[in-house]
Amino acid sequence: MQASMKIPHLIAGTLALVALAGCGDGGGPSVKIGLNTELTGEMPAVGASSKNAAELFASQLNAAGGIPIGDKKLPLKLVIGDNGAKADQAAAITQRLISQDNVLAMIGPDASACAIPASEIAESLKCPMISPWSTNPKTTLDTTTGKPKSYVFRACFTDTFQAGVLAKFVLNNLHAKTAAVLYDVASEAPNGQATLFKETFEKNGGKIVGFETYTTGDRDFSAQLTKIKATNPEVIFLPAYYNDVPLIAQQARRLGITAPFVGSDAWSSPEIIKLGGADIDGSYFCNHYSTQIATPVAQKFMNDYQAKYGQAPDDVAALTYDAFGLLVEAVKAGGKLDRAAIRDALAKIAKYDGVTGTMQFVPPSGDPIKSAVVLQIKDGKFVWVANAQP
Amino acid sequence: MLFYFAQQSINALQLGSIYALIALGYSMVYGVLTMINFAHGDLFMLGAFACMLVALLVPVHLPFVIVLLLVMAVIGLLGALIERLAYRPLRSAPRVSAIITALGCGLVIENLTLVQFPYAQRMPTLFTSTSYQFLGLTISSLQILIIGISLALMIGLDFLIHKTRYGIAMRAISFDARTVPLMGVPADMIISLTFLVGAGLGGAAGMLYGLAYPVIAPSMGVLVGWKAFIAAVIGGIGSVRGAVLGGFILGTVEVMVVAFLPSTYRDLISYSLLLVILIFKPYGLLGRAPNQKV
Amino acid sequence: MTAFLSTLARQRWPLPVLVVAGFAFCLAAQFVPDLINGYTQFVLITVGINIILCASLNLVNGYMGEFSVGHAGFMSLGAYAAAICTTKWLPATPATFFLAVVFGGAIAAVIGFLLALLSFKTRGDYLAIITLAFLMIVKSSWENIPYVGGPRGVLGIAPLTTLPWTFFWVVATIWVLRNLVYSKFGRAIFAIREDEIAANAMGVRVREAKILAFVVSSFFGGVAGALFAHQLQFINPSSFDIVKSTEILVMVYLGGIASLGGSILGAVIFTLLSQALQPLGTWRMVILPLILVLLMLFRPRGIMGLRELPWFLPRRELKKK
Repeated sequence: MQASMKIPHLIAGTLALVALAGCGDGGGPSVKIGLNTELTGEMPAVGASSKNAAELFASQLNAAGGIPIGDKKLPLKLVIGDNGAKADQAAAITQRLISQDNVLAMIGPDASACAIPASEIAESLKCPMISPWSTNPKTTLDTTTGKPKSYVFRACFTDTFQAGVLAKFVLNNLHAKTAAVLYDVASEAPNGQATLFKETFEKNGGKIVGFETYTTGDRDFSAQLTKIKATNPEVIFLPAYYNDVPLIAQQARRLGITAPFVGSDAWSSPEIIKLGGADIDGSYFCNHYSTQIATPVAQKFMNDYQAKYGQAPDDVAALTYDAFGLLVEAVKAGGKLDRAAIRDALAKIAKYDGVTGTMQFVPPSGDPIKSAVVLQIKDGKFVWVANAQP
Repeated sequence: MLFYFAQQSINALQLGSIYALIALGYSMVYGVLTMINFAHGDLFMLGAFACMLVALLVPVHLPFVIVLLLVMAVIGLLGALIERLAYRPLRSAPRVSAIITALGCGLVIENLTLVQFPYAQRMPTLFTSTSYQFLGLTISSLQILIIGISLALMIGLDFLIHKTRYGIAMRAISFDARTVPLMGVPADMIISLTFLVGAGLGGAAGMLYGLAYPVIAPSMGVLVGWKAFIAAVIGGIGSVRGAVLGGFILGTVEVMVVAFLPSTYRDLISYSLLLVILIFKPYGLLGRAPNQKV
Repeated sequence: MTAFLSTLARQRWPLPVLVVAGFAFCLAAQFVPDLINGYTQFVLITVGINIILCASLNLVNGYMGEFSVGHAGFMSLGAYAAAICTTKWLPATPATFFLAVVFGGAIAAVIGFLLALLSFKTRGDYLAIITLAFLMIVKSSWENIPYVGGPRGVLGIAPLTTLPWTFFWVVATIWVLRNLVYSKFGRAIFAIREDEIAANAMGVRVREAKILAFVVSSFFGGVAGALFAHQLQFINPSSFDIVKSTEILVMVYLGGIASLGGSILGAVIFTLLSQALQPLGTWRMVILPLILVLLMLFRPRGIMGLRELPWFLPRRELKKK
């Protein structure tokens, strides 16, 4: 019966491991803020940016003493969770951060596919959540009633606004009347962006000549692109994440498609330039801020980020920084470390000057009113082209 | 319409040849060991990364063929090593344990690569491709290269299996593994050689795949691996010619479905077709029902 | 210590006592606020769901000796069926939850029946392919049906999976499986594993046994899926892909094939290790499979392969020992 002797030991050992993993907090009183982000998986560059910006913010804030609550200042403690760009992992991390680590609020996730399920849990557990980068409208809207959720906010604009910006840009600035769309049907953000772009483009007088799909993980788009080529669009809309775009662009160019590409904010990581090379040169995409028209606040952030990490911050970093800024504003305004008070304060922020521009929250919506920029990829750099006001 | 079909056929040929190369690896290993090597998809992925590393680390510009042979050798040796360490001890264990071990090895390879390369990487351009216009069709020299090399490797393998002593030994082992050593044939060495060649082909496929789709990530082996496995089974697992046939069938089905139907139906129709084929030919198109002694 | 455990093993009362105590604890956790925190509850429910998945797959893969990789497909059928039930057809209450879970299991069982029919003609690795194709077909089907949300899945599912419900279903699963395995049909299933042709020649009703095994296995796979949907409050087709199937396979072979105690053990170890090793990041997925490989090299049938917890064995089996 030796095996059955080992088994109780095995179970005991595993439970001990879990117990150890669970505890281990230490340190004096601090304010715990959770960061739920995509450190591994499909888009690790997004998670890295978020984490860097969060740590920069925390170190700057703590150097100045911490979060001001009443007349005291408490240090900020980051609790970071990796959601691996997967919906169920994002949900599990949300649960852990809110129920076990007892964070005051949660920042993230960034990808809409993760942010939407996480927001459901944050809402039912009544914990404030600010997503820095998720643009899909569903993140802040209750699915059954269609009304805004109370505890979920975001630091960026929504896809509804973005689709309008891009559709108008294509029609008015690029003077193109026909467009084709190729998007990942299985991914939340590109799917929503494709549909909204199609609606807005057609409503404003354009014509969608091709509406093709692929699935996450696909590498070969030759069949879809051959179909698109036959319809001869003037512009191709590609709302894909930074790792898909280079392949699509290269295959399109190889097939002889010369139409320019237009993308969404999902393009925004600098990785896209490393991976894309010459094929994406000349393409346009919508973004949250531009390093070239930086306000003093943005300039300072960019310099600090560059000094600490040796690279320029992308929009995910800027938005994460702003999300934390918004949160601290709300804590200051609310005056106490209470989730409901923070929530109320966040909903009413009338004017916040962040790195990504001026933001305004109007209750009951969790979406800020802010502007967007259109950038172009030229000679391996992001170049500012136009502004778009709400 | 005919042009469209012809254009898509070129795409199908390219995708099919890559699937065929990977499927060959599965079939060869299954032929000699009756074991599904689930680590094969990840060896395929390593082929692409090995190519990238060779291009980065070697200071001189090597000709394309040398890089290909180098990658094949490295991945082939790795495959043989895995066989020696992880599969050989399990020859007498239940078959399923070997399969699970293979699965585990694949996961370890994938995640070790992920630790080293957390971000997707750009494949170096070993080969500048030019597009040719031919009878109204666009074909790139890269596509010609991929199809050409794949066919060359397949013909080479066919020669190896049917016209050399090693090939005869491999086929003998797939018929009756226990009698072969009694005949004075070093079965273990032949099996290692099989893994070497099979993994080498997988590595070559990875490199060609990386050249065709230059953004590579450690997770790319999983889906392609399973698909190639299905291709091997369609053709009849254990049959080398079947693997080639299966690879081209799967590639064609995938491309043609997207060409003529909404692209969301691709997986649905590909796999339903597979199911139908298996219902009518349960052992694959070129496979034979194994003799079972009771 | 060994002597104590031996005598304990031979008693029949520990199992019912554990079940009642466990249920009482779950009810307490549910209704006494803050007895255990939300995250621990979440992990325990996940363990329960994994036990159901592991045990049900063990019936086909372990006891019957097949190699099915499509279990995530049954999970997704159950998840979607139950989710549609509670979000679109019925109001979401604990009472309707029971119906929804049963409905989920039933839908999965129907498809399991079809798969069993397919298994008559093919064996071994070809069956593995069929189950894999089935998994991909199910995933692709969900992506193409707008009614269930297409690729974006179903949102806003009510969090009806509670600890008492999970415990109830775990007990139900183990109870049904245990009674099945030690019945006449269970013998037939075991015979198929050992040598299908010989069993057929001996007059064992192979077809009926296969149908029963697949149907029961898929029913509980569906049940687990239904519980999963109502825990996560959100499901989409990619939650149930080959990676999920692989995880379930790992649990089965880790704990031990053809062993209900092994299924419980495998599910518990895997879930807890997964959660505990989270801080290691990517290294977690290097270590877990490495443990599995080492385990296979030294203990190919899993930790408790082909052996069983004495409390699950019927009295007549115990007497033989």
